[in-house]
Amino acid sequence: MTTLEATTPATRPARNLVGVLGQFWAWLFLLTLIVFFSLTGQGFFSLFNFQSIGANMSIVLIMALGQTFVIILGGIDLSTGFVMGLATVVAAQVMVNLGNSQPLLLVVLAGLAAGAVAGLAAGTVNGLLIARLGVPPFIVTLGMLGIARGIGFLLSGGLPVSVQVQGLGQVGNGSLLYYHPQAGLSFLSPPPGLQGADLRQVVGILPHPLTLMIILVLVCHWLLSNTRFGQHTYAIGGNREAALRAGIPVQRHTIQVYMLSALLAAVAGVLYTTRFTNGAANAGDALLLDSIAAVVIGGASLFGGEGRISGTLIGALIIAVIQNGLVILAINPFWQFVAVGTVIILAVLVDQARARLVR
Amino acid sequence: MTAMEPILRVVNLYKHFGGLVAVKDMSLDLYPGEVVGLLGDNGAGKSTLIKMISGVYHPDAGQIFLDGREVTFSSPMEARRAGIETIYQDLALCENLDAAANIFLGREPVRRQLGVFQVVDRARMFSESRRVLGQLDIHIPDLRRPIRLMSGGQRQAVAITRAVYWNARLVIMDEPTAALGVAEQSKVLALVRTLRDQGVPVILISHNMQDVLAVADRAIVMRRGHRQGERVISQSTGDDLVSLIVGATRDAMPDAGAADSAETALA
Repeated sequence: MTTLEATTPATRPARNLVGVLGQFWAWLFLLTLIVFFSLTGQGFFSLFNFQSIGANMSIVLIMALGQTFVIILGGIDLSTGFVMGLATVVAAQVMVNLGNSQPLLLVVLAGLAAGAVAGLAAGTVNGLLIARLGVPPFIVTLGMLGIARGIGFLLSGGLPVSVQVQGLGQVGNGSLLYYHPQAGLSFLSPPPGLQGADLRQVVGILPHPLTLMIILVLVCHWLLSNTRFGQHTYAIGGNREAALRAGIPVQRHTIQVYMLSALLAAVAGVLYTTRFTNGAANAGDALLLDSIAAVVIGGASLFGGEGRISGTLIGALIIAVIQNGLVILAINPFWQFVAVGTVIILAVLVDQARARLVR
Repeated sequence: MTAMEPILRVVNLYKHFGGLVAVKDMSLDLYPGEVVGLLGDNGAGKSTLIKMISGVYHPDAGQIFLDGREVTFSSPMEARRAGIETIYQDLALCENLDAAANIFLGREPVRRQLGVFQVVDRARMFSESRRVLGQLDIHIPDLRRPIRLMSGGQRQAVAITRAVYWNARLVIMDEPTAALGVAEQSKVLALVRTLRDQGVPVILISHNMQDVLAVADRAIVMRRGHRQGERVISQSTGDDLVSLIVGATRDAMPDAGAADSAETALA
């Protein structure tokens, strides 16, 4: 019997404890934050607030989902912020042009399609340059950041594009279900016939951005953990040369991953347009760092090969809970940047300590 | 042995890079169930030769026959598909993936989910991995651990298993024991014997004379791009091989046609 046992069994229990703690530190940290804000912040611990945390984080998280694939692949996509912004502008302009003459569903779908095309175009260029010409992802997507930014402002004339379409805000801000103590449950809009104080008692359940986010999280999780597409993403990120020799179509796969990242950024952009009924070239500017932070806090390695959708979800939740909690505690909002920045560094430190101990 | 058809037959291969002749008039035969050691000093042409056999380089002249049919490979993938598996020193494993994922790298089996979606069939990957590892008498305690947490010998075993699983007709191993501790070296050599016993012939490239003496049936010595000589291991000594490697001796007969190379060496 050719027994090839792993060595150093003596250190196993200690290593396992650290490994488990390392794996779950993010969950524990999130739980600690929730407990802390629940005890100190008036109104933090409520269904309403939790749903609004979910809805508010949806745009960042959808961008972070695509970034997760890119980072696992061993790349980085710096362009998602302005690709998202470009998509808001393109979607807004299409929606303005269709205006109130078409059914709302058609207007939204046309905006989505236009935004997606803009996003896919940017993603395809990113992917082709990175995969075919071997330009480093940092450089290519930094260039695309500028290009998308410029085109977004050129298309919109430097001003936000306001979309005056009846009911559009309801698409981005409405809920799937509404509940009223007397009138009961209703679907998509508050129970009819309620006025004034009664209307204020209505509780929305599952805001549309939250629902969309949950669906995309599940789809991306499935894609990453269950399909050959996901398996090949990990393989290329782990050892590109080995993946090539194993016959994995590395170039094609790389292009597809950057297309996916840009497509998800565009979807986030169209969601923004429906939520805020406008398009703005710089809408995603501030969100890029949060989305990368979510992936990194979630335990993905910037060297590639490691990362999970569940990690990115946790990372985005930590950021959103910090931001929401600090607002509820009425702390100067600029502290949010300090807090999120600290958590990013903390996350990487924990990962490094874990890697040292597990090896 | 001579009664059998060789699985691999290499006839008068020639390769130069600019003015440098890396391999000239190189021939060798590989029969079912044998381990051939390929010996030679640095720059003797060993790796150029195997890169031609495994499709990395295209020979400038000469022929390669696999199971009696002439083959030409335009890429390493073609050579692999034809059944020539080459395990390089770097093993080409994804350190972040587990053993099963590495064995099935790029060829993951899929099953249908809800009738339409294709998902990786992990259960099958694990059961097949366990089966083929068992066949090769390799014991890896936890198939779900990423490769980077495994020992050098375990990694080598995974790389070999991958080659065998995909029905390799022959396996070329480049310095398989170079990075290993003494205990693991002997385990990998035992694995080479297991491969041979299951009818998969092995070309073993090694600097380490002891490896070749321990496991090979024949040794072919290259020097300065050509074939310096050949020895049947059971009838030769280490000193004998060393003198071939350093060029102190050379087989009398030039090996133009390699059809009867085994006999040539014995003569």
